[in-house]
Amino acid sequence: MNQPMTTVPATDLATPAPATASSAVLQVQDLQVAYRTPIGDVRAVDHVSFSLEAGQRLGLIGESGSGKTTMATALMRLTRPPGRIAGGRVLLDGTDLLQLDDNALRRVRLREIALVPQGAMNSLNPVMRIEDQMIDAIVAHEGRQSRKVLATRVTQQLARVGLAPQVARRYPHELSGGMKQRTVMAISTVLNPKVIVADEPTSALDVVVQRQVMQTLGRIQEGIGSAVVLIGHDMGLIAQFADLIGVMYAGRLVEFGPVDDVLTSPRHPYTRMLIESIPKLTAKGRLVGIPGLPPALLALPPGCSFSPRCPYVFERCTTEAPVSQSVGPSRVAACHLYPDRADLPPLPASVVLDPTAPLAVVAAAMEGQQEPGRAEAEAALADELAAEGATQTAAGDSAAGVTGLAQSDIHELTRRGH
Amino acid sequence: MTAQTDSTVAVARPASRRARTGLLRDPRLTPQLVVGVGMLIAIALFAILGPLLVDPKMANVTATTPRLPPSAEHWLGTDTQGRDLWTVMALAVPNTLKIGLIAGIVGTVIGVVLALIAGFFGGLPDSIIRLICDSLLTVPGIAILVIIAANIEQMTVEVMALTVAALAWMFPTRTIRAQVLTIRERSYVEVARASGVGSRGLIFREIMPNLMPFIAASFVGAVAGAMLASIGLEALGLGAIQTQTLGITIYWSQEYTAVLRGMWWWWAPPVVAISLIFLALFLTSAGMDRFANPRLRRSA
Amino acid sequence: MAEQPIPTSSAETPLLELRNVTKVFQSGIRKTATSQTVALREASLVVPSGFPTATAVAGESGSGKTTMARLLLGFIKPTSGQILYKGVDITKMDREQARAYRREVQPIFQDPFEVYNPFYRVDHVLTTPLRNFGLAKDEKEMRRRMEEALEMVGLRPRETLGRYPHELSGGQRQRIMVARALMLRPKIIMADEPVSMVDASLRATILDELRKLNTEFGISLLYITHDLTTAYQVCDNIVVLYQGSVTEAGSVERVIRDPKHPYTQLLVSSIPQTDRSQRWGDDEIPTAEANVGRATTGCRFAPRCASAMETCWSEIPPLFHLDTDRAASCYLYRDAPVLPSEGIGQVFHRPHETPTPVG
Repeated sequence: MNQPMTTVPATDLATPAPATASSAVLQVQDLQVAYRTPIGDVRAVDHVSFSLEAGQRLGLIGESGSGKTTMATALMRLTRPPGRIAGGRVLLDGTDLLQLDDNALRRVRLREIALVPQGAMNSLNPVMRIEDQMIDAIVAHEGRQSRKVLATRVTQQLARVGLAPQVARRYPHELSGGMKQRTVMAISTVLNPKVIVADEPTSALDVVVQRQVMQTLGRIQEGIGSAVVLIGHDMGLIAQFADLIGVMYAGRLVEFGPVDDVLTSPRHPYTRMLIESIPKLTAKGRLVGIPGLPPALLALPPGCSFSPRCPYVFERCTTEAPVSQSVGPSRVAACHLYPDRADLPPLPASVVLDPTAPLAVVAAAMEGQQEPGRAEAEAALADELAAEGATQTAAGDSAAGVTGLAQSDIHELTRRGH
Repeated sequence: MTAQTDSTVAVARPASRRARTGLLRDPRLTPQLVVGVGMLIAIALFAILGPLLVDPKMANVTATTPRLPPSAEHWLGTDTQGRDLWTVMALAVPNTLKIGLIAGIVGTVIGVVLALIAGFFGGLPDSIIRLICDSLLTVPGIAILVIIAANIEQMTVEVMALTVAALAWMFPTRTIRAQVLTIRERSYVEVARASGVGSRGLIFREIMPNLMPFIAASFVGAVAGAMLASIGLEALGLGAIQTQTLGITIYWSQEYTAVLRGMWWWWAPPVVAISLIFLALFLTSAGMDRFANPRLRRSA
Repeated sequence: MAEQPIPTSSAETPLLELRNVTKVFQSGIRKTATSQTVALREASLVVPSGFPTATAVAGESGSGKTTMARLLLGFIKPTSGQILYKGVDITKMDREQARAYRREVQPIFQDPFEVYNPFYRVDHVLTTPLRNFGLAKDEKEMRRRMEEALEMVGLRPRETLGRYPHELSGGQRQRIMVARALMLRPKIIMADEPVSMVDASLRATILDELRKLNTEFGISLLYITHDLTTAYQVCDNIVVLYQGSVTEAGSVERVIRDPKHPYTQLLVSSIPQTDRSQRWGDDEIPTAEANVGRATTGCRFAPRCASAMETCWSEIPPLFHLDTDRAASCYLYRDAPVLPSEGIGQVFHRPHETPTPVG
């Protein structure tokens, strides 16, 4: 059920950042987050380590069950039961967030590390004006100040996100989805935090608004000089926005490195197949997905979690879980192919689907099916992790943003075409 | 600091379909529901067996010595008219339950029918039904019932049930209509439509099965409401005087100032019986919420 | 290769046609200025008979694409205009025609969980249409057809049939829906955002299956989406909607690779591509909030358009026929010939043909 004890924690991870460790503003070391279930503990985040410099943008990409949203909440120490942080350190400018007491933690949140959550438009208080919400945040951390000073700060902050000063006096329902998201960003960054964690900030927005919001985020970040951890499932978005990319699968960080390098020559098979499966605008081509099913955290296969779907799988993959190791300058990957090889070999022919062949029985070629007995519990856990916030919706729903509805209602309205 | 969106992640539960853990392990069977249903079963047993084990003549006027406190011979004593109160209770409980059940069934059936018409078809039928329903809800029910009951010549248990049923259908109609509206918009109804299912099939095969928990909850509520209304009317003296019901027993005990006379064995048993019945109904209704609550996605 | 536009309704009856359809939603009883929402404004669409086509209906939220889908499925009625199936108005069909229409135009919806009635096992969505359309003689044949369809989409019947929806993953559930559509051998499949709620790794597989339904089984595809990239990959033709109006239509090669309407250009330039050489750029995007003061009675896009002229604010632009395989409703091209709304089929070209440049 759980991973066998051959799993080795990745503390021997080579830090991707070229500079000395002390300049890293955020250092995650061997982070583990577990969920308690009747069947046993599930590792939603499994020994993840990386480090980030000031001004750098990291994109964490993963699908359902990858643990990326759990990662976001863990960084802020907002993990709720039945989840709990089971180990590791989160160093913000040298201070371990996981060791702080509640008071110290509250001081650190917003001032040092800020969260722009998914569905952020729903976290705005519907009965307070925008300016009051921002002033609340400022006063809570810095104490009372003169009205004039506060008003100026509010206007300045709104200008930073490209919103007119009049927005300050408005209520959330008077703003569009994109405006609300930018407002949330303005409030989150009002104290110039060192790290901004953005958890799928544009998942409910139209593609044009999405671009605008991401550009806004970039501008804020550059203005403050903070680091950004962008969490999402859209590779294109991360490609456009981030400098570094971390690929998560079944709770582990399977690849990490500069975006350009990883996209042009991925080292981990999952990364490569994920990139291949993304449709491109350059020319009409094949549509190739990754065969098999997404990982079931309750019943991970022994050895490497990706082995059932991996075209390069060999003996060792099914018995021993791979450890993160250096695969290039500032790059790491967790795969048994390394360090013997320098790069990924071309995809084996059996996986490359012949576009002229009739519909193939894809799943039969892979061993990815789960035993029937565990199906429900897996689906249950997957759904619950999804319910925690990692929804995959990408449909443009800015209409829903205007009325400030809950995530489930957004789905309802999407279907009704509002 | 804007709070993170809630993450009330419930613990993963095995679905109730897998019998390997046994029926009793279904987490939707809360202690509330179990106790409530258990009490209802006990009360039903008493209502069924009671009349069979007593001599109905003992409930008549001048059947025996009046004003006797409880003893081995008369378990609940006798009233000022000479009725044996244990026999009275054994006959009264089933009658009151009967009123509640008949009124509850009639009210719920009418409610479901109207709700389906209004919710599914919408338009004019919906507007009419809603108008009538909402208007009647604003009128003080007890006033209407008093007027109706006072004008009936021969009041019997069945007539009382129907009287009370006249006002028992509005709440079920409203709540179930709301559910029909919600379910009607679900994608699976659209898929069924695209599969060639007509209106009748949509109502009975797609929507109804998902309405069952709500109908059941409405039914329990309707029974409780009907019983309460009937007891109220009877306590005012508008009930079927010749028969035994809990409300009428209370009426008689008030008529003959049982409280002042210290004849607690006359007014206490019906009050306790009513309390137990309502407690059982309440627990059952609250316990059924788990079945009806759509957030519990594992439910049928 | 010579261009062959799709024949309009005068030449050969199209399979499914939206002709100048307007749909207005009314909230409340009184008609005030704000109580009416025009979800679709004089929009047309043509799915020809005779050969299978793959057409994308693209737009963001509020564009009217979902309204168009529901109109085409016959779930709602148009306020004006007609919807014709095999030349017959769907509101005036007799029973036989209505049944054929129901069976031959099948949907695939977005949410892989909501499409299943939680009371029944997943078999229900497969058995119901087989029964209602009389497609199987007995239980055995029903079972056979179901298993065959499931296997075709890469699922194992043993592990999917007999299960309840919550026991399967989102990807599996969506594939069962594709299997269902395949099983009924419809003429048209209308897929409304079929992969937006599915994991990225599975998306390509399901889209590939849809595309194969088109190329190998000869089923015409209507693909409704906000994602222009998948629209490009899966379809040959595209209609771009903005706030209920058709802004641009034609072949995907033309419209997406060389957009002419300012809205389409904005959309395409906002797509986050994995190719880092195609960067977003830092230019300011005009937003809907920019021109708050002025309301438009003409082109819906005027408040956000950098090239808006006076006419744009007061007159609704018609479709201008710019290339043999493209039309755009924008006054920038007012010198080009006007294409009436119902003639939109002229800009859709036959599949597997490369369009020739104009002029």
